[in-house]
Amino acid sequence: MILVVASHADGRLQKVTYELVTAARAVAGDDPVAILVLGDKVDSVAAEATKLTDQVLVAAQPGLAQYRPELWAQAVAFVATEGEAKLVLVAGTRSGREYSPRVAVRLDAPLLEDVVALRREGAGFAAKRYSYLARVTESIAAEAPVVVVSVKPGAFEPAAALEAAGEQYEVEVELPKSRVTTSDERVESSTRVSLDDAEIVVAGGRGVGSAEKFDSLILPLAEALSAAVGATRAVVDAGWRPYAEQVGQTGKTVSPKVYLAVGISGATQHLSGMNKSKLVVAINKDADAPIFKVADYGLVGDVGTVVPALLEQLRK
Amino acid sequence: MKILTLVRQVPDAEGGLRLNEGNVDLTGAPLVMDTMDEYGVEQALRLREAAGAGEVEVIALAVGPAKNEEVLRSALALGADRAVHVKADVALDPVALSKVVAALAKSEGADLVLCGGRQSDWDSEALGGAVAERLGWPQITWTTELVVEGGTEPRTAKGRHDTERGSEAFAVRLPAVVTTQQGLCEPRFPTLPNIVKARKKELRSEALESFGVAPVVRTTGAELQPRQRLRRIVQVDGDPGASVAELAGVLRGEMGQAGGAQ
Repeated sequence: MILVVASHADGRLQKVTYELVTAARAVAGDDPVAILVLGDKVDSVAAEATKLTDQVLVAAQPGLAQYRPELWAQAVAFVATEGEAKLVLVAGTRSGREYSPRVAVRLDAPLLEDVVALRREGAGFAAKRYSYLARVTESIAAEAPVVVVSVKPGAFEPAAALEAAGEQYEVEVELPKSRVTTSDERVESSTRVSLDDAEIVVAGGRGVGSAEKFDSLILPLAEALSAAVGATRAVVDAGWRPYAEQVGQTGKTVSPKVYLAVGISGATQHLSGMNKSKLVVAINKDADAPIFKVADYGLVGDVGTVVPALLEQLRK
Repeated sequence: MKILTLVRQVPDAEGGLRLNEGNVDLTGAPLVMDTMDEYGVEQALRLREAAGAGEVEVIALAVGPAKNEEVLRSALALGADRAVHVKADVALDPVALSKVVAALAKSEGADLVLCGGRQSDWDSEALGGAVAERLGWPQITWTTELVVEGGTEPRTAKGRHDTERGSEAFAVRLPAVVTTQQGLCEPRFPTLPNIVKARKKELRSEALESFGVAPVVRTTGAELQPRQRLRRIVQVDGDPGASVAELAGVLRGEMGQAGGAQ
């Protein structure tokens, strides 16, 4: 069995789950692909998942109402063991990458982390992933009765629905009590386009000048391009933008069709979060800024002049 | 209370990388303490300073080649009480390494293990969770605030950490594994007297063989910068008209494709 752990939010599967199914189908061979849905009140998610595979395993219980790494790891490892899974596929989101190593330890399995390509090889799996702040693409491999793999969001095309809907099976999981208590959740939503799903990202750095200029230059540009807004660590630290918009080593990793970097010098820490974007456009007044080394198109000039001119052109 | 803080030696982020026979070759490359581990050392020292004298011991741990002693000496110079170096010439993947860290956390009687939220050589986020699972401990990742309450047991770690959609406050009874990130604290610089003092502090060496651990993931090859960029860089002097019009054309074309793909 190939076990895909569904990522879902607000009663829907997230796009990355469709991408996991693509990865699963490509290596499944004769093994069935099962999607595991964890949570409480997940009927709509489970129903959506039956469009993607024959078998949907649903662990719906109050103890799983809120994501907790220990609980998720225990539930996934239990189902993987019961189903004799050869491969466990987890989304390479922040939470997926948090609990997947616990699953690997529980199953005594190798972990192939944040992969961008996956295939069977011998008695195991081979994959590709980025390392050294996304400056290197590594080929990795592991042989074991079961292998745990987290998949980088955006690396695979989303899977198409099947013609016939699959079956749902209830599973019951014994859960420990979470030892972590949490409170005061602050959800940082930014623009209507989320960074994770965006095809175009407009990101601003310190070179934009100020929070006010970010609002008057970067936000309208993002609006004009139907793009998500991104920011550098320096901009977030300065309080101009929320953490949810941060791109880089300590923020989000994105690989959109277009990444438009405005007033961003291009420290390695930032580049590691965006250097896999398909097309990189940079606007910066310093011709020696490292961002131009990873740019397809670059304009060396003042942000305050270039961005308004660009906006005017785009609105024509 | 004992705090075990992991320090890893990694290539300097702003330095270049070289390949040799399909693998990253770090021979002669400038190596530094992983930035996120600097936060771990600093936070351990702050927790020690916040507690009463003699109540907290900070132990720095490195697992790797002989050269790793440099980062342990740095941790000692910053203020760690003592250091443990597990000498390993074989490259371990995070899940394999977690076995060594967990074994030492146990033998040292650690209450709190600190490690980086993401290692800048592996680009991995797996170490904290893997160590916690081996110990049967809870984990808190991507921590931006951390205090420990309760002078004697039971102690509770409290603070804030980042989640998928934002951040939340947490409280967890120790023992626990906590992973660090930028923003948790601002690391101090070592002073000359402390660098001198650090030479006399205990730095114990252990052999990897005694931990019965072997890598489970093989690296079979590596490529540098596979993506070729167009590098069409235009200087905008005075009127940005022409160059901006060209860029707008490129963006419009991409938008058409992006929209069409949906």
